[in-house]
Amino acid sequence: MSNERCAIIGVGQTNFKKRRDDVSMPGLLREAIDRALEDAELTLRDVDAVVIGKAPDAFEGVVTPEIFLADALGATNKPLLRVHTAGSVGGSTCIVGAHHVIAGIHGTVLAVSWEKQSEGNAQWGLAGGRSGGIGAGGAFAPWMRAYIERSGAPEYIGWMVAVKDRRNAAKNPYAHLKMPDITLEQVKESPMLWDPIRFQESCPSSDGACAVILTNEEGARRSSKPAAWFHGLSVKSELSNFPGRNPVKPQAGVECAHDVYRQAGITNPRSEIDVAELYVPFSWYEPMWLEGHDIAGPGEGWKMVDSGETDLGGNFPVNPSGGVLSTNAIGASGMVRFAEAALQVRGLAGEHQIPGVRTALAQAYGGAANYFAMGVLRTTPPQ
Amino acid sequence: MPATDIAIVGFAQSPSLRDANPSEVQLLVPVVTQAIEMAGINRREIGFTCAGSCDYLTGGPFAFVSNLEAAGAWPPISESHVEADGAWAMYEAWMRLQEGDIDIALAFGSGKSSPSNPAEVWAQQLDPYYLAPLGVDPISLAGIQARALLDSGKATEEDFAKVVVNSRRNAAANPNAQLKDADTTVEALLAEPYFRTPLRKHDCPPISDGAVAVVMARGDKARELCSRPAWIRGMDHRIEAHQPGVRDLTSSPSTALAARKAGYDGGPLDVVELSGTFSPQELILLDALGLSLDGDTKVNPSGGALAGNPIMAVGLVRIVEAAARIIDGSANRVLAHATGGPLLQQNLVCLMEGE
Repeated sequence: MSNERCAIIGVGQTNFKKRRDDVSMPGLLREAIDRALEDAELTLRDVDAVVIGKAPDAFEGVVTPEIFLADALGATNKPLLRVHTAGSVGGSTCIVGAHHVIAGIHGTVLAVSWEKQSEGNAQWGLAGGRSGGIGAGGAFAPWMRAYIERSGAPEYIGWMVAVKDRRNAAKNPYAHLKMPDITLEQVKESPMLWDPIRFQESCPSSDGACAVILTNEEGARRSSKPAAWFHGLSVKSELSNFPGRNPVKPQAGVECAHDVYRQAGITNPRSEIDVAELYVPFSWYEPMWLEGHDIAGPGEGWKMVDSGETDLGGNFPVNPSGGVLSTNAIGASGMVRFAEAALQVRGLAGEHQIPGVRTALAQAYGGAANYFAMGVLRTTPPQ
Repeated sequence: MPATDIAIVGFAQSPSLRDANPSEVQLLVPVVTQAIEMAGINRREIGFTCAGSCDYLTGGPFAFVSNLEAAGAWPPISESHVEADGAWAMYEAWMRLQEGDIDIALAFGSGKSSPSNPAEVWAQQLDPYYLAPLGVDPISLAGIQARALLDSGKATEEDFAKVVVNSRRNAAANPNAQLKDADTTVEALLAEPYFRTPLRKHDCPPISDGAVAVVMARGDKARELCSRPAWIRGMDHRIEAHQPGVRDLTSSPSTALAARKAGYDGGPLDVVELSGTFSPQELILLDALGLSLDGDTKVNPSGGALAGNPIMAVGLVRIVEAAARIIDGSANRVLAHATGGPLLQQNLVCLMEGE
């Protein structure tokens, strides 16, 4: 990386739940923004530019809602840029914000992403305002089945991921679904939604927002708290559908991972990364991304789950926050991965903190698993 | 301001059409291909791609996903998308180029307004709590702005007509323009009936489909690809408050601020290309930039947004039109403008020079 170094010095999340009808859309965003600014020990006056992301506007029924939100975002008289890269958008928004700093265009940038799904009907929105949509689970289920068949993974692996993430979420004050006592049996007995995905193996629909404050070295020096430094950041896209595409392990995901490993000088991600926040909206995506980003070898991802390696106390903890499986305000979910990775690096994750994190991986994906946004964060600035 | 010199070295645009038969991605494919061919590069040399479009125009979520076909996203590419005019996509790509690890970036914008009723679509952009329920559509809002401008004494209906005459006459020489008339006069226009008082139909933009693409390159790479690149001296965008009631609708402080931040010091300009989609807005923008229709600066030689308004492309079309004047050697310093939101709420300025 050239030019400026970039760090996350502030993180803010709303409390996520099914319906946040206690706040308007502007109120929801300000909850996350105010918390991020407080964490960064800054005010809106210190923000040079705002980058905002969300998934389709059809979810809330407002065309480019950031236009009406400009005042609430504190963006008046400033640049306000709207990103939309499907489900990966929260991650992409964080990365676009970071590029403002790295390129030296602005010193301190607010990146925020959100979804208030209770304002509309996400399944209707996903189906383009037509009925009969198969939903995201319906779209991804065939690829999860293909993974199971290719890897020979036992059925209970999906249940294990669900139990782990819901229990982790119970330690996260902002998470939507907190189930400290959930058991494999409960997941197994929950209704089948999209074979192989059962009800308890699927993400919820959440209202919520996430904000991060990105700044350069000068900005980071002003903060009394630790910073999380970008050592790698990358976005990759590929066509969503064509003969010969491998949707189980998309090439864009492989290249995105290798791009951030190269930037961060990582040659063995499994041993050099201390914690990962991966976009896992359906249980099987945990082993799929472990293999999809070459953290585990082919057919080895589910074995990391099986052996407890991805547990809170394991060698390669995945989603200590509870992940997308426990909280999914779609547009925000990608940024929550970066925010949670930053909290881990800064040692501020609270009850779900992994001890001694020096390197964290954040990942978001979207569309037909054809959009990827990834980042590597560390405790010290890059050389 | 940028440490690295970045220039436009290739561009292409589709004609602005009332109802284009091709789909959005079909409009984009030839445009992206032509821009790449003009730059004389191989698609694989592009280090970053950024697209601008709007789901609501297409009437479906993730409408931009199919536009990846135009970007040629296989093998995978570094790519992002803004839910905004292509000018903002270009801004993001310009920013990304400054990091120095890539030499070439592609940006494009596209939109088809014809399948829907734009007055209904863009009414949904207003504050859903306080403004949208009033049922006000973009043309009525523009009428309020026009009335405020008349009441302020800054302009007359004759001035509105002069803007339209300039647009129609200039557009006559632009093969991509949708509305053109070399012989129109102020008197003839003022004889037309009102559409939304004090606006007449010709004071409003047409409904348009279109696409536009631009290839940018860094430093010596730009000099190698183009004999006279359009060097981007600065680019900036700013947004104002949303509620029309808290703004002075007769001025555009965000345009003035963006121009200043883009490095425009009020010095001489050969060409200015503005995205005023209603004739009074062009006067407001000229005022914000310290320019006028009768000055030395050629205003909207393409005809501007009144001659063709492919929403989500129209702002980047302005940049391409201004850059073209530098690349063809007929201008040396140009300024282009893009807008977003109702009543010029958000504005982007791009200042370019020849070498």
